[in-house]
Amino acid sequence: MEVSYYPGCSLHGMAGEYDESIQSVCRTLDVALKELPDWNCCGASSAHFVDDALAVRLTARNMAIAERAGRELLVPCAACFQRLKHADKELKEDAAHWIDEPYEGRAEIYHVNDFFDRPELLDIIKQKVTMSLAGLAVVPYYGCLSQRPPKVTDAEQPENPISMDRLLRAIGVEVRPWSYKTDCCGASLTLTRPDLVRKLSGSLFEAAGEAGAECVVTDCPLCQSNLDTLQAEIQAERGASCHLPVFYVTELMALAFGDGQTTRWWKKHFVDPTPLLQEKGLLHVCR
Amino acid sequence: MPESQAIQPHFAFLAAVETRSGESVSRCYQCRKCTNGCPLNFAMDVMPNQVMRMVQLGLEDEVLRSKTIWLCASCQTCTTRCPNDIDIAHLMDSLRQLSREAGVAAEQKIVKFHDAFLDSVRRHGRLFELGMVGQYKLTSLDLFSGTKTGIGLLKRGKLKFLPPGIKGKREIRDMFKKKKETQ
Ligand code: SF4
Ligand code: SF4
Repeated sequence: MEVSYYPGCSLHGMAGEYDESIQSVCRTLDVALKELPDWNCCGASSAHFVDDALAVRLTARNMAIAERAGRELLVPCAACFQRLKHADKELKEDAAHWIDEPYEGRAEIYHVNDFFDRPELLDIIKQKVTMSLAGLAVVPYYGCLSQRPPKVTDAEQPENPISMDRLLRAIGVEVRPWSYKTDCCGASLTLTRPDLVRKLSGSLFEAAGEAGAECVVTDCPLCQSNLDTLQAEIQAERGASCHLPVFYVTELMALAFGDGQTTRWWKKHFVDPTPLLQEKGLLHVCR
Repeated sequence: MPESQAIQPHFAFLAAVETRSGESVSRCYQCRKCTNGCPLNFAMDVMPNQVMRMVQLGLEDEVLRSKTIWLCASCQTCTTRCPNDIDIAHLMDSLRQLSREAGVAAEQKIVKFHDAFLDSVRRHGRLFELGMVGQYKLTSLDLFSGTKTGIGLLKRGKLKFLPPGIKGKREIRDMFKKKKETQ
């Protein structure tokens, strides 16, 4: 199966291990990723702050490229996903206003969880597990923009999504129930108001701890970065001891599939996941 | 106690906001669902439902000078839940734009951050993280916060030193040149 791929700026930058783990999982599942040629930044959380029309123009160019390719489009960053879905809807309404070519919306847009959570792939995922992650207790954290607003994202259950739960169960993980699946981590306020991000992300850690989770799993690069890089400061501020590694869902999938690269990704994490994985006997794939 | 003053509603501001955003603020009936679900409400000076009421009443200055419109993280919870189908998060975008145009934006650091982000995209077609952070630090004079995180990112090889580039750079610059238009 061939799909178009829009990595977005963060996967080419700070979230390199997310990109690599997606590529690894896709290789295992025989999904060929075709990167959109000459894609540009979608404007993320900034363009719509400043100029609505600019926000659409930036994303419409990418969707025009995806339309030409004519394949399904995989978009791993939640912010990019939501912006591209928004552009897709604007283009379906009035393409001529934004681009110089016809637009039917041939490239259906998928976010990571929903892309892999389809019956035919779930079966293969289960078959490809060489090391079950049974005994690893996690909370699935979806964040905001892969879900909301549903009239843009087409999310079926925006208040209680379950696609990542299903993926994690397929690789043996113990998914703990919690009610913070789609609560906000503070998003792009990281640089400007880290105090607020620490407060929001801190509540998430508290809830994850209460839910009995040993780590947090997400499929949003901004959430991963906020939860991972600020954890030490949050800990100092709250005086609470929390040491919760924050994984990308595809990192755990690659681990379960036996990819030896995983050890390289752990070095990119601020909260080192190796002690936890060692304790669980899940480190033996380093080759 | 000073006598309470009646507010004289002036509808020009409501009309301007509705035109800019395409959202019907008039539909808000103050159920407060937006405020109750807002993750940033604890830090806001005016609650989201109050913003709606203030727009209805024409309290232009108070709304455009508020911190609230800048602290909104665009999490889309309010938009998802509003029983009157008002896209409040989008309305916040419009209010931020009007606030900047009026030159009264309260949270200058947030303004500078988004400018630095978009400047980077205008220049390279994609975001150059290190360059963006550099510009933000210089223009906001927020020089030393987050240093530990920054060093941690460098140590882990997470920040690239060379800017990205795309062939369609020109197209991107042209997009930025086009006059601002509302949708
Ligand atoms: S949820 Fe909608 S109707 Fe209710 S107070 Fe907020 S904006 Fe008004
Ligand atoms: S979009 Fe903004 S106002 Fe609405 S709930 Fe989120 S932070 Fe609050």
